Amino acid sequence: MPRSEEATVTQALTRKDFTSDQTVRWCPGCGDYSILAQVQKTFPELGRKKEEFVFVSGIGCSSRFPYYMNTYGFHTIHGRAPAVATGIKIANPDLSVWVVTGDGDGLSIGGNHLIHLLRRNLDINILLFNNRIYGLTKGQYSPTSEFGKVTKSTPLGSIDWPFNPPSLALGAAATFIARSVDVEGQHLQDIIKAAYHHHGTSFLEIYQNCIIFNDNAFADVTEKDTKVEHQLLLEHGQPMLFGKDKSKGIGMDGHHPVVIDLTDGKHSIDEILLHDKTDRMTALMLSEMTYRPEFPVPLGIFYEIEINTYEDLIHEQIERAVEKMGPGDMEAILHAGHTWKVK
Amino acid sequence: MQLTGSQFTETTGIVGNDLATLPDYPAEIRAPAGSLAGVSSYQIQFGREDIQTPGDQPDVLVVMNPAALKVNLPELRPNGIIIANKATFNKRNLQLAGWDTNPLEDESLGEYTLVSIDMTMLAEKALEDLGLSSKVMARSTNMFALGLLYWLYDRPMDSTFNFIETKFKSRPEIVEANKRALQAGYNYGRTTRLISTSYTVAKATLPSGTYRNIMGNHAIALGLVAAGHKSGLRLVYAGYPITPASDILHMVSNYKNFGVITFQAEDEIAAVTSAIGAAFAGALAVTGTSGPGMALKSEAIGLAVSAELPLVLINVQRAGPSTGMPTKTEQADLFQAFYGRNSETPTVVLAAATPVDCFTMAYEACRIAIQHMVPVILLSDSYLGNGSEPWLLPGMEDLPPITNSQITSVNGEFQPFEITDPATMARSWAIPGTPELEHRIGGLEKDAVTGNVSYDAENHERMVHRRQKKVDVVADHIPLAATFGDEKGDLLVLGWGSTHGAIRSAVERVRGEGHAVSHLHLRHLNPFPKNLGDVLVRFRRVLVPELNLGQLGRMIRSEFLIDTILFNKVKGKPFLASEIEAKIFEVLKETKDA
Repeated sequence: MPRSEEATVTQALTRKDFTSDQTVRWCPGCGDYSILAQVQKTFPELGRKKEEFVFVSGIGCSSRFPYYMNTYGFHTIHGRAPAVATGIKIANPDLSVWVVTGDGDGLSIGGNHLIHLLRRNLDINILLFNNRIYGLTKGQYSPTSEFGKVTKSTPLGSIDWPFNPPSLALGAAATFIARSVDVEGQHLQDIIKAAYHHHGTSFLEIYQNCIIFNDNAFADVTEKDTKVEHQLLLEHGQPMLFGKDKSKGIGMDGHHPVVIDLTDGKHSIDEILLHDKTDRMTALMLSEMTYRPEFPVPLGIFYEIEINTYEDLIHEQIERAVEKMGPGDMEAILHAGHTWKVK
Repeated sequence: MQLTGSQFTETTGIVGNDLATLPDYPAEIRAPAGSLAGVSSYQIQFGREDIQTPGDQPDVLVVMNPAALKVNLPELRPNGIIIANKATFNKRNLQLAGWDTNPLEDESLGEYTLVSIDMTMLAEKALEDLGLSSKVMARSTNMFALGLLYWLYDRPMDSTFNFIETKFKSRPEIVEANKRALQAGYNYGRTTRLISTSYTVAKATLPSGTYRNIMGNHAIALGLVAAGHKSGLRLVYAGYPITPASDILHMVSNYKNFGVITFQAEDEIAAVTSAIGAAFAGALAVTGTSGPGMALKSEAIGLAVSAELPLVLINVQRAGPSTGMPTKTEQADLFQAFYGRNSETPTVVLAAATPVDCFTMAYEACRIAIQHMVPVILLSDSYLGNGSEPWLLPGMEDLPPITNSQITSVNGEFQPFEITDPATMARSWAIPGTPELEHRIGGLEKDAVTGNVSYDAENHERMVHRRQKKVDVVADHIPLAATFGDEKGDLLVLGWGSTHGAIRSAVERVRGEGHAVSHLHLRHLNPFPKNLGDVLVRFRRVLVPELNLGQLGRMIRSEFLIDTILFNKVKGKPFLASEIEAKIFEVLKETKDA
């Protein structure tokens, strides 16, 4: 379709077009409402026909998401959304496929599928709602819950160490790793767009507040009076600055990143690292700031590189096979090898 | 050894004999040489008559070491021929195999015709000027044995020569070594006439047409590709490596020029769920595995049942619970196919009867899944998957059409879960990418029309019945049960799956002696053919031989209140025709006495 025509099609779409007729049933005040709103606001701007979107989810609060999007959707079984999405994408690479999952669904029961989707690099967008708790089963600790967390299933405190989602994604050879926050509407919209435009698997961790079972888990980065000191908003090519009036930044002390105070008269902005989203070591450093109170919380695109997607390679192999052997001839393969005639 | 056997099979097909084979090998890739556990064997029965099984008792046994003799001697018929490579009957190997003295020398094999040859030395002699390592030369001993058998049964060697040239294309010295060893074996037989007779086996009187040999797993792969081709849908095959089903994945992977997609998933669950995703996206979606893999897939099968998506699941059954005996055969996953899921979750269940039937039933599984929007489980087993027989090649025009319920638009509002065809009970298959038909499906209970999530009590009961009925109506679209032999009589031998050959041979022999015994072999197990109950009651007794503890036999009892006689074997091996024959006589005698 010519670009101009495509634009005409998409101009007609609004947030309403992406809103299904089903009543949204998350708890009042749940962070999921905001995420749904940002997705529905962003999608009309993506320049894509509505019927080409497919939402796939597993089980959990976040996994109800497809019911509320007026697109194609598949609410599957616990943990398996990445694998179902893989099947959809390889069967029809023209679709824009979105996986909605949570820290339990995506990192615990479905951890295997998640890492394998990342390493294969299909052009699928993963929205991982991380609230550091099991919500739908009413409040057990999750694989991102902090060590020592007291929950119904851990009355004496959890003795599991949590996963660090961006580091896990990096270890699984992800080609796009980002983080945003449910209540940061504009930031989340920008990152959703960037994830959509990334040609390959996009891993977007969204800090999401569970008001019932784990309220204020991310208060540092969401509360008005603390967030400025705790949000490190990443921009490619820009210095890693944060704090009131951008008065602090990330620099290096030998091999180690450190927080530099630019107001102490001893440091200059030249010592602040520039963010390079194509650099794996930078991504690793930013990922490892997770759970470290001495550092701010990086938000934005940690890492992005472009390599071939799995589905492109699959269909290239098919094209090459057709070039080499000609289009499939059923009679020929039935009669392949040694045959003999009986009269 | 498997390669030697398959070459003999290939050539035997080409000369026009009917045949059936039984490869038998350990699970270990390189099992300890000379040990009893490491014996790899290949059994073939061929002849001019209709061959149904690999045979109960071989006439000729070729053994390449003492362990092979130890393991296989009990199978050999009295007065049979043993051809042994005596070079390997040294002290160490004899000890490993548990022989106190050398059986080639102590006359303990007196009742057999023993041909003891130093194949290792003779093969080495034929290759001595090639400058090969002794390891490479030792490997060509099997080719020497194959050449000897080609002489014994008067078979041409061209096919194997061609095979060697292609297989070792990049290594001319190996080509030369194998060809020379093969020729040396043949010449040795002809020159020495160590075996006093050589045999000429006349061509079988098979129906006219073009034939090839086919293994069950390969036949399944071809059946799937044929179904994709005929239906116009893209075939997506997702699998995870598992013995004895991996060959299907390998073989389908060779047909990429048909637009076929193969996906080696990270685990069994990803294999089935990615196939379900592909089905949602409009593909002919298939996953293949063996019993343990089916166990892992069971939750996802429930999703396909609930979402009413077409999905083909192939279970190449193997022996035992848990890991069991991966390379041995059994048919004990029938209950699993029927009942192995939470709640009321019925699926269509089919079973292939012979290696060739694997093609027909793989195609049939695709036809039913697509036409009815249901998951279909096809049962094969290790014996069918690796066994081979000559195949009268079908024409594509002979295969039934495969219709589907894909839609591109609707009049009025789209109702994703409305049954649009009462005959097939299929819902519309609206695939992502189609404008105006956006909808959501999932594993939560859903309204019978809109497909929206529903916890309504009446609706749930209606949906439970609907999912059962979707399987039941398939009975209107499959052939009626037809017996081999008479339509009524003293005894019906009822079987399913790979026991076909052994049952048919036994029934033929018994009928030859004038007994009123018939054979019915079920290929459609859920639903059963509509007339099954009527057929069963026309016989005084019903005998159900199975390689399990009586799974079909019990189903027949509960469904038709018929007191089936269970006849079971669970040794990881197929039935011998003689075992079934003996059981038939036993039942006939009891019936008569009663």
